[in-house]
Amino acid sequence: MTPFLVVFALMIVTPLVYSMYLSLFRNQLMGGTTFAGFANYVTALTDPKLWDGAGRVGLFLLVQVPIMLALALVAALAIDSGRLHGRSFFRVGLFLPYAVPGVVAVLMWGYMYDDRLGLTASVNDLVGFALLDPYTKRWILTAIGNIVTWEFVGYNMLILYSALKTVPTEIYEAAAIDGAGQFRIVRSIKLPAVRGALVIATIFSILGSFQLFNEPNILKEIQPALISSYYTPNIYAYNLTFVGNQVSYAATVAIVMGLVTAVIAYIVQLRGTRREA
Amino acid sequence: MAGYSYLRPRKSVTLTVLLGFLIVYSLLPLVWMFFSITKTQGELLSSFGLWFSGPFALFDNIQQVLTHDDGIFVRWFANTLLYVVVGAGGATILATAAGYGLAKYRFRGRNAVFATILGAIAVPGTALAVPTFLLFSQVGLTNTVWAIILPSLVSPFGLYLMWVFSAEAVPTEILEAARVDGSGEWRTFFTISLRLLAPGIVTVALFAIVATWNNYFLPLIMLNDPDLYPLTLGLYQWLADASGIGAQPVFNLVITGSFLTIVPIVIAFLLLQRYWQSGLSAGGVKA
Repeated sequence: MTPFLVVFALMIVTPLVYSMYLSLFRNQLMGGTTFAGFANYVTALTDPKLWDGAGRVGLFLLVQVPIMLALALVAALAIDSGRLHGRSFFRVGLFLPYAVPGVVAVLMWGYMYDDRLGLTASVNDLVGFALLDPYTKRWILTAIGNIVTWEFVGYNMLILYSALKTVPTEIYEAAAIDGAGQFRIVRSIKLPAVRGALVIATIFSILGSFQLFNEPNILKEIQPALISSYYTPNIYAYNLTFVGNQVSYAATVAIVMGLVTAVIAYIVQLRGTRREA
Repeated sequence: MAGYSYLRPRKSVTLTVLLGFLIVYSLLPLVWMFFSITKTQGELLSSFGLWFSGPFALFDNIQQVLTHDDGIFVRWFANTLLYVVVGAGGATILATAAGYGLAKYRFRGRNAVFATILGAIAVPGTALAVPTFLLFSQVGLTNTVWAIILPSLVSPFGLYLMWVFSAEAVPTEILEAARVDGSGEWRTFFTISLRLLAPGIVTVALFAIVATWNNYFLPLIMLNDPDLYPLTLGLYQWLADASGIGAQPVFNLVITGSFLTIVPIVIAFLLLQRYWQSGLSAGGVKA
C-alpha cells in the first residue's frame, strides 16, 4: 500500500500541483519569469488557436466515439449471442489491434492512405474516380478517426462483452420460457446489463479524444502540411513547451483542457448512473 | 463460457458475414503489413498492397532492420524490454499490493485514498507529462532510463482492477480462518491470496506491458539520445527519416521494423488470453 502511495504522490500529485503553480507565471524572452496571477487563464480562454484545437477534438468526440462504441456494442452482442461461427476467432481478431502500438497503427494506415505505398490508388482505380482522398484538409480528421476507431473497437468490445458475460444464464432461461425473442432479450436484459460498462467505456473514450495527440502528431511526419502546430490542444501544449518555450502557458492550456474533460466526464457519469437508478 | 448454449441457438450465417466485415477491417492493416514485409523498397512503391510482388525480400529486410545504423534496432528492442520488465513489472507489483490492501484491510483514510485514485484515472496522462518533464529536468532525470521507468510505475487503472478483483476473488472468511490458524499476514498473502489473485495479476500485467511497450508520448518528451529510445520512438525516428525532404527513404525498414515490434506483444496476448479474459470478466462485475 505505502509504496504505491509514495510513487503515486511523486508521479501524479506532484506534477499536478507543480503545473498549477507554473500556470500562475509568465515566461518572457526578456525579463525571465514573472508572477502573472490568472493572466494566463484569461489568455487561454480567448486564444483562437486553443479553441480551434478544442473544437476539432470536440467534433471528433461527437462523431468518432458514438461510431466506435456502436460497432463495439454490436460486436459484443453478436459474440455473446452464441450465433456466430468461430466466435473465439472473432473475439481475438477484433481485439488484436489494441495490442498494436499506436505508432505502428498510424504508420500502417498512414502508408495505406498513401497513393504510392498504399491502397487508396488501387481503390480509386477500381471505381474509376477519386473516391478516397484521405490526405486533404477535408478528410484528414476522418482519416485520423478511422485509425483511432481501428485501434479501440476491440478494446471496447471486450469491456462490453465482459459485462454481458456476468448476466446469469437463468435469466435467459426464464426469458426464453416466457417466449421472449432474441431482440427482446437484447433490449430488455442485455442492454441494461451493459449500461454501467458502456458509461465507463464512454468516459475512457472522452478522455482519449480530448488527449488526442499520438495519431495526428505521427501522421504529421507523413503529411506535414495538413496538421498544424495547434491541431489538437495537446499538440498545442506540446509545441508551446518544446518549441515555443512557453512552459507556463502550456501548463495553463493543459489545466484548462483537463478541467473541461473532467466536467464532461462527470456529466456523462451522472447521466449514466441516474438512468440506472 | 458457453453463454446460454443449452438453448442451442442456431448459428447464423448472416450474422457471421456481417461481423466478418468488421474483422476484415480489423485485420486489413495487418494483412497489408504481412505482404509488405516481403517486398523490396521499389516493389513497395509500385505494386498492389495486398499481394506478393517481386523477389521475396523478407529475410533481406529483416537483416537490414537489424543491421541498419550499427544495429540500433536491437538496442531499441533491448531498451523496450528493460522498460517493460522494470516499469510494467513494478507497476503490477505495486498495483497488486495496493489493490489487495485497499480491498481487504480497513484503515483510516481508506475512502479518501480510494477517491483520490479514482480521480487520478481521469487525469489525462499527457497533462501530467509536461510538468513531469520539467520536474525531471530540474533533478537531472531527463534523458535517462528513469525518466521512462518512474512514471510507468503508477497504474491507477491497474489498481482499480486489482481492487475489484481482490474483493471478488479472495473471500474474507478464508483470510479470517487463516488468521485464526495463526498464519501471519504475509504468509497468508503468499500461500493463499496470491494464487486466487493470479488471473487478475496477469490481466493487470498484460495491460501494463501493452501500455509500456506501446508508450510513445513519454519517451518523445523525455529522451533525445537515440541510444535510450524504445522501439516506438525509434520507428517514429525512421518514419521521419523516410518522409523528410531529401532524406533517404527507408520505407522497407519502417514497415519491417514495425512488424518485428508487434510480433512479441501479439504472441504474449495470444498465449495469455485464457488469463486476461477471466481477469477482465471479474473486473466487469463491478464495472
